[in-house]
Amino acid sequence: MRICLWGLLVVALGFAWSITAAEHNPRTERISGSAGDVLEDDPVGKLKVYVYELPSKYNKKILQKDPRCLSHMFAAEIYMHRFLLSSPVRTLNPQEADWFYTPIYATCDLTPTGLPLPFKSPRMVRSAIQLISSSWPYWNRTEGADHFFVVPHDFGACFHYQEEKAIERGILPLLRRATLVQTFGQRNHVCLNEGSITIPPYAPPQKIQARHIPPETPRSISVYFRGLFYDVNNDPEGGYYARGARAAVWENFKNNPLFDISTDHPTTYYEDMQRAIFCLCPLGWAPWSPRLVEAVVFGCIPVIIADDIVLPFADAIPWEEIGVFVAEEDVPKLDTILTSIPPEVILRKQRLLANPYMKRAMLFPQPALPGDAFHQILNGLARKLPHSKSVYLKPGEKILNWTAGPVGDLKPW
Amino acid sequence: MKLSALHQSYLSRRSNSFKSSGPLDSASDAGYKSPAAVFWLILHGLCCLFSLVLGFRFSRLVFFLLFSTSSSNLYTPPFRSAAELAKTLDVHSGLPTNPVVNNLRFPMPNNTATNSRVIVGRHGIRIRPWPHPDPVEVMKAHQILERVQKEQRLQFGVKDPRTIIVVTPTYVRTFQALHLTGVMHSLMVVPYDLIWIVLEAGGVSKETASLIAKSGLNTIHVGFNQRMPNSWDERHKLESKMRLHALRIVREKKLDGIVMFADDSNMHSMELFDEIQNVKWFGAVSIGILATSVNIDESSDRKEEEENPRMPIQGPACNASNMLAGWHTFNTIPFAGKTAVNIDDRLTVLPRKLEWSGFVLNSRLLWKGGEDKPEWIKDIDMLDGDVESPLGLITDPSVVEPLGSCGRQVLLWWLRVEARADSKFPPRWIIDPPLDITIPSKRTPWPDAPPELPAKEKPELGIQDPIVKHTTKTRTSRSKHRSKRKHETRTDTQVSTRHAEQN
Repeated sequence: MRICLWGLLVVALGFAWSITAAEHNPRTERISGSAGDVLEDDPVGKLKVYVYELPSKYNKKILQKDPRCLSHMFAAEIYMHRFLLSSPVRTLNPQEADWFYTPIYATCDLTPTGLPLPFKSPRMVRSAIQLISSSWPYWNRTEGADHFFVVPHDFGACFHYQEEKAIERGILPLLRRATLVQTFGQRNHVCLNEGSITIPPYAPPQKIQARHIPPETPRSISVYFRGLFYDVNNDPEGGYYARGARAAVWENFKNNPLFDISTDHPTTYYEDMQRAIFCLCPLGWAPWSPRLVEAVVFGCIPVIIADDIVLPFADAIPWEEIGVFVAEEDVPKLDTILTSIPPEVILRKQRLLANPYMKRAMLFPQPALPGDAFHQILNGLARKLPHSKSVYLKPGEKILNWTAGPVGDLKPW
Repeated sequence: MKLSALHQSYLSRRSNSFKSSGPLDSASDAGYKSPAAVFWLILHGLCCLFSLVLGFRFSRLVFFLLFSTSSSNLYTPPFRSAAELAKTLDVHSGLPTNPVVNNLRFPMPNNTATNSRVIVGRHGIRIRPWPHPDPVEVMKAHQILERVQKEQRLQFGVKDPRTIIVVTPTYVRTFQALHLTGVMHSLMVVPYDLIWIVLEAGGVSKETASLIAKSGLNTIHVGFNQRMPNSWDERHKLESKMRLHALRIVREKKLDGIVMFADDSNMHSMELFDEIQNVKWFGAVSIGILATSVNIDESSDRKEEEENPRMPIQGPACNASNMLAGWHTFNTIPFAGKTAVNIDDRLTVLPRKLEWSGFVLNSRLLWKGGEDKPEWIKDIDMLDGDVESPLGLITDPSVVEPLGSCGRQVLLWWLRVEARADSKFPPRWIIDPPLDITIPSKRTPWPDAPPELPAKEKPELGIQDPIVKHTTKTRTSRSKHRSKRKHETRTDTQVSTRHAEQN
């Protein structure tokens, strides 16, 4: 009798649960990646971050010199600092901190056209680390293994925009034990450390929100892309830029009416993306691009053409279910690949993209919203806790080589 | 840079081979030099000489043609010495069979020995042999587009869409095919159920029937015994009568849906059909009036060009609180005295005060004895005289619902363009039997046409000079009619051309 009652209760509960689950909007689907259903997790209470007080020459003065840093695609480093200063995960007591953050804006030395020059960044970071290791004991305790740095530049902490040179330099020796929060991600690449957190590049949220069109506007463009195919200034013959993939897209599909691709700079770029089903996100000089963020926000299925790329928050977001991955050697068959995707799969991908948490996870809104990219970074850091015993060094033990690296990096900044 | 390294290694080997065998032994990796290795060395040397002479890296080209067979494996041995190159040459043999890879050049090796498959450096641009769309794939893509748009409509579009009942008065004339096809194609794309009531002045004709049969829509083709008059006033009156007749059909058949009036020369946007689904009982939309005038007064022209030329709109006007406040109608004053009276006049054709096409109504308004029919609708059977606009069907004009964000969106455009009343056109626009007269004319109506070629090489297609046409027509009709072979026709006409020209 008792068992019957319990069974009935369980059944009733299950029924009620399934009803509430079914009430879930049929337009969207829940997103759960390899780390589980973690996109909506709240990091507050799971970790404590201590923000070092660096002199303003490392952050504020740089920003004052060039305020363009607030709107370019590397602005995540600045907004992360601002977010952490006022976040509940911040602690003023470094003894109880799990993670230590160094607010240094290494990607803010811009050319007149707005591209960041990474040549002084290694010296800047080195001098900052020298400062924190001498003023606080926490760096030497772990040689940076419980510190994290935001390095959103092209190849992360390799601090160079040319891939060959970046590979030659490798990750800055002093940062090899720290957790790097970077936009660059490619498997088996020198510039991606084990345990790094990949983030999306910064896209201005106000501009994006302002350009939404009514959702009932029918999606009439099949494949959309706007951007360079040949970088005529640096690689006129083609073959270096994008490993030849963008040029292949152009040469194979310039005559194809299903592919709306060109090098134009239309003012209706965001609106057009909302009218397209597939948005190409091929690699450029680096595999990552703000196009991924734009495609996700506008509900256009991203077609990622970059071999071995590691996409943002790869453990929280199941990118294979959301986007389409095409190997660079399969680019000539891109039209066959895209048209052979069954419509149900396409509709499912669109439903996943329509999940508001998915869109929010790609953006850096100010003020911060729950589930946005800042929170995903903190969630990623929280998932790495608790630190293993190997993180803490025995007294007198030294692992990092402070004199490693090219001679030019050793000069003071 | 790489070439010079090869050169150096080659030269050193060459010189070594001519000198004593001691240094040769130390230089080569293997114990002794096999004839094959020597052969490859000499071959490589010859290739280097070739490229010196030709001025480009000929040997590289050969290497790449040989290496491009292994397109899956991108890892390549580093370029060090000629001996190693010779070894690698041994490994790969034969020319590539891979037709896909074009323009492939050698990827440079990675400096760090990681397990990465992806290599930094120059890559080939892969172009497939026929870079054009495949029609089967294009069809599949269109099916995908349709499915996605259907899903969008299901999610964001109108819930429970109602049938649209379209009323179109028409009659057989030169431009009927032009106008009616436009309306027909618009209606064929509408995603909702449709019933098309086509009323024809002058009775049901095969022309119209064949035209609307191509649509595949659910049509009701009704004939009206009166012929369409020539003057615009009379024509508008007859059209109003035909539309009322259509409303009577709706009432008789108890058709359920939204009634809209699509005149055959109007242009409709697809948003119109989405917007009218929102009507409750009686709605109005804004029409753009494209009344272009052929002869405009110069003074008024200049004035208009200074300001921004605006398209006149007919439709509901709203006040600040989005309630219906009045009506925008067409300003006829600038056109006073210059309007077309008859269809033949080459003057502006003006719309009425309020066109029928700007109004939509719920078909239940027309049903006899409807349960929740509002009181302000007049009974159609009681209507006697002329109804200028649908506002004549209701007693209280303030109940009209303005659609299209309160009349701010122009959803359809009005235009009346007609050919002369006596203009002739081939029935169903099919020329049967096909024209077998292909004489070019000496005098073309186009002043900048190229000069005619000499008589022997006259082009096939030409303009028919009426005089010539008559003479040749008689000639060809005299000779055998249709059972004739083509070339005989041609020779006949050639003969007749010469005769005609000599005339």
